[in-house]
Amino acid sequence: MGKEFFSYLKCRECGRQYPKKAVHVCEFDFGPLEADYNYDLIKHSISRQLIESRPHSMWRYRELLPIDGDPTVGLNTGFTPLVKADRLAKALGVKELYVKNDAFNYPTLSFKDRVVSVALSRAKELGFQIVACASTGNLANSVAAHAAGAGLKSYVLIPADLEQSKVLNSLVYGTNVIGIHGAYDQVNRLCSEIAGKYGWGFVNVNLRPYYAEGSKSMGFEITEQLGWKLPRHTVVPMASGSLLTKIAKSYQESIKVGLIDEQPFTIHGAQATGCSPISQAFKAGTDLIRPVPKPKTIAKSLAIGTPADGYYAVNVIKASRGGSEDASDEEIIEGIRLLAETEGIFAETAGGVTVACAKKLIASGKIPANESAVLCITGHGLKTAEAVAPHLPSPRLINPSLREFEALIANDTAVHAAAA
Amino acid sequence: MRQRRNDPTEFMSLPITIPTQLRPLTDNLDIVEVDGETIGDLLKNLGKRYPALNERIFDAQGNVRRFLNVYVNQDDIRWLQEQETPVKSGDEISIVPGMQGG
Repeated sequence: MGKEFFSYLKCRECGRQYPKKAVHVCEFDFGPLEADYNYDLIKHSISRQLIESRPHSMWRYRELLPIDGDPTVGLNTGFTPLVKADRLAKALGVKELYVKNDAFNYPTLSFKDRVVSVALSRAKELGFQIVACASTGNLANSVAAHAAGAGLKSYVLIPADLEQSKVLNSLVYGTNVIGIHGAYDQVNRLCSEIAGKYGWGFVNVNLRPYYAEGSKSMGFEITEQLGWKLPRHTVVPMASGSLLTKIAKSYQESIKVGLIDEQPFTIHGAQATGCSPISQAFKAGTDLIRPVPKPKTIAKSLAIGTPADGYYAVNVIKASRGGSEDASDEEIIEGIRLLAETEGIFAETAGGVTVACAKKLIASGKIPANESAVLCITGHGLKTAEAVAPHLPSPRLINPSLREFEALIANDTAVHAAAA
Repeated sequence: MRQRRNDPTEFMSLPITIPTQLRPLTDNLDIVEVDGETIGDLLKNLGKRYPALNERIFDAQGNVRRFLNVYVNQDDIRWLQEQETPVKSGDEISIVPGMQGG
């Protein structure tokens, strides 16, 4: 053919090769399988100009995404704004800051639209009729929406205690939502058993090698949107740790295929204190991840106690000389409000984690004040509104009367400042 | 197949649960009983009985492979004393491939 950019699946541990089927674990040593590419061919096939000539979606980088034909699902996903965040930079005390805003992703307002676009495009290539996932909410929303749009049947399995809006945002697409009495890790274990037994395409189980690669598009976009250069620092929220490792992979691949010159980059991780197995391992100087049996945090989308890519995430952070922090529930709320009040961006709780951890990384000098950083915001605030609601003031209520209005604002300093 | 000793205090035989993926190497047995006083003993004895298991359980340094977990009852041996973890009568040992997902 001569046009096989995506070659095969490869075990991350022993390098054994596997055909491009719905398999995700090495039969020999149980290591995770990962997509591998013909980088030489890609290098000779793509260029900045070619990418820039394509539609504004994550598929601009399709040579580096693991499907065989043209994408069929999620054609409008990705290419979210990279916002220069000067006011937030000032508040956090760093020279230059950008927000990669996947709260604005299409169609379900989280970075999961990227991974699902790849997983379902591949699921169709492999002939699956039913797709499914284990999810903390965002993934369920995205699988439900994309499956509906692609005419596939779907089942989404979630912990029973998720935020109402995340449940509703799956139900509306006519998917089969199954709430499990248990934490995410228990949902995940059940899904592994179901995937083996029913032969469905589980995006984050047997389709995980394809799914996970979708996250790279966030890194490719950051690189292009910065004018084809890498950010000096990138702060990434961690649940399984997959997004962090894939952003690093995207930076390395951009160098490998000649889109950018070799340049240094540092990746930092962010977790919620109530479920921070990766940050704890990093701080303890080990890559041995101690599972968190009962995660307890308002950042439910990050509440994975047994992070599948924790080992790799710790090593990416270490190799790039980054840091890893964690944020309490109070700090998460403060982070959400700070981002909203300085930049007009309403992020979900995971975004609060990223902002709060970035604040700590800057304060500790892990991100030097005179350097620049990108914060990865991965989901929209309306999805976790109930976590923030108790911390916001109520609207002030008056009758439709000018006199009442004037009495109300008499003490508002902003009005007097503007009039002066 | 297994041979139970007459005097249980002399040799302790404990059941090890084998994951589906490795059962082709254990004559399709899902539980195998082996002797030993530590996890290391048990795993080595398991490997003596089914030699093909050795390279699947241990890496080149003799450590349990990263994506394979060994549990004593509900506890991962990495948080106990790894292969030095002592075992006693009544303990349930299981070998479980690491979870993917998320």
